[in-house]
Amino acid sequence: MTTSLDPTATDTRFADLADDDRVAGSLYTDPEIFEAELEKIFYRTWVWVAHESEIPEAGSFKQATIGRQPVIVNRDRKGNFNVLLNRCRHRGASVCEVPKGKANGFTCPYHSWSYALDGRLRGIPYPDGYDEDLDKKDLPLQSLRVESYAGMIFASFNPDVEPLDEFLGDAKVWIDLFMKQGAGYPIKTQGEHCFRFRGNWKIQLENTTDGYHFPIVHRSWMSSVDAETADMLSFMTDDNAVTHALGNGHSVAIMVPEHVDLDHDDGSEKIQARFDHIVDELSKTMPADQVRRIVRSMHGAGFNLNIFPNVAMSMSFFRVLRPISVDETEIRHIALGMDGGPEIVNRERLRIHEHFQGPFGFGSPDDSEAWDRVQRGSRGAPGMPIMVNRGLNREGLDSNGHRTSHVTDETGMREAYAMWKKMMNDEH
Amino acid sequence: MSTDLMTAQLSDTRVLQAIELVWQEAALLDAKDYQSWDALWTDSGRYIIPIDPETDDFDGSLNMVNDDTRMRRMRIERLTSGYSMSALAAARTVRTLSRFTVEERTDDSVTLRSAQILVGFKRDEQQTLAADVTHRIRYTESGPRLDLKVIRLVNSQGAVNASGYLL
Ligand code: FES
Ligand SMILES: [Fe+2]
Repeated sequence: MTTSLDPTATDTRFADLADDDRVAGSLYTDPEIFEAELEKIFYRTWVWVAHESEIPEAGSFKQATIGRQPVIVNRDRKGNFNVLLNRCRHRGASVCEVPKGKANGFTCPYHSWSYALDGRLRGIPYPDGYDEDLDKKDLPLQSLRVESYAGMIFASFNPDVEPLDEFLGDAKVWIDLFMKQGAGYPIKTQGEHCFRFRGNWKIQLENTTDGYHFPIVHRSWMSSVDAETADMLSFMTDDNAVTHALGNGHSVAIMVPEHVDLDHDDGSEKIQARFDHIVDELSKTMPADQVRRIVRSMHGAGFNLNIFPNVAMSMSFFRVLRPISVDETEIRHIALGMDGGPEIVNRERLRIHEHFQGPFGFGSPDDSEAWDRVQRGSRGAPGMPIMVNRGLNREGLDSNGHRTSHVTDETGMREAYAMWKKMMNDEH
Repeated sequence: MSTDLMTAQLSDTRVLQAIELVWQEAALLDAKDYQSWDALWTDSGRYIIPIDPETDDFDGSLNMVNDDTRMRRMRIERLTSGYSMSALAAARTVRTLSRFTVEERTDDSVTLRSAQILVGFKRDEQQTLAADVTHRIRYTESGPRLDLKVIRLVNSQGAVNASGYLL
């Protein structure tokens, strides 16, 4: 690596760092690469900021962060989503420090400049101190590009970013499949776990498409669930459990092939005994096929969809990453439920989420420890590569022309690094 | 915190016993003696670390921990099985509980509130976790037992790092 890296410079110095089958260890440890990633990836492309159920009404807002920059995501009275930089145009104070809520607008606490939900500057107190030709129209909160697909709201600092539709591309089919876990009800978020680990964001990006670690890192979780659930996730030797590279850095890792399309049910699957009490309760008011449809969806979709660079739709929850520094990353695991669906199901989904996720879950702490160890280990021998070649010997193309291999292979990581390389070498 | 809390009334032997149990529990958790810790609970004991600082509807919301006896035993099994890499690498911890107040007294129980400060050390880092804790101690035939423990971390809605130990 050269030492003075200008992130806006036109060059190809990143080209050598990511190869088809390996990446440089410095991708996890070099602060200059991290700064360049913020500019070239997080401030150039679409970044997931919210699910629409988090801002359900006019005036609802939540805070989010893109790269290092704080933004407010809201829904205005016309029903439009706005993503605004949380920075007053006067002297830079944040205009909102409430994580989520409802508001008519945002008034800066410092000198009370006030802004509408769409960012327009509405009022400046004691305006006599300004020239008469000061036009409030020139000083709105900075607005980002915002588009959504199937309730997933993405924003971009890049005014020239391609349409979200094109960026998501072949991932859209999988987003639609993922949403089927609502079993006829819309998906809603129902709380989140948040934790940080001492490691680079790409370690987490890799992990969502890493079937290889599952039975090893999560052995203590596996042994704590019923045999049927453990069996459902025993994909190590299942030939139908595959990963597809979807383009633009996205990929899907299929862990439970029979739950890819939850509308498709050949009737052969036995409903897990652990859900008997739910079947009994739902059966009081619902026909048997609807009960079965809902209970089959309890563990979510049968796959992890990795959307580059910051969100995964992971079986029954969203996993959102936020890069903090080259060696620190924040993770949110957002629990999902059925909006308007049976309370007993939504509660069971909360219990399933708690069982694995979060700082005291039976799964997340072990992932977190593994990621910490990657960061610590990769400081050794900086010239030694990180291998992402698993499955190259058996990778082929599926009928859509997507590179495909077994779910324990590293096809999804290679897809993400190919996008990383492309974006890092772009001239912006 | 409501104003009608009684400060711990140390003339009441049951309150003293309850505080003693809370301290005994803290020592067992710092020692990671989870089997002995399990024996402190009633059969219907609930062990909870909520995220929402206001809620008492734990089943209706997402928590960090929401254990009944079955889940608590599985948790202990996980932490002691040797299969969890985070448990094997867990921080060493020292915790204190103090600032006791009595929230409620019934014929067979005392509910205490207290402040807990925990310092954990792992590899190069020290971590501090502060919490308001509620213990309901029930007096059973075999002595005072933990019947409810709710740990409200001051940072419950922020990032709480995975730890490999118990609060
Ligand atoms: S900094 Fe916002 S009004 Fe002055
Ligand atoms: Fe994992």
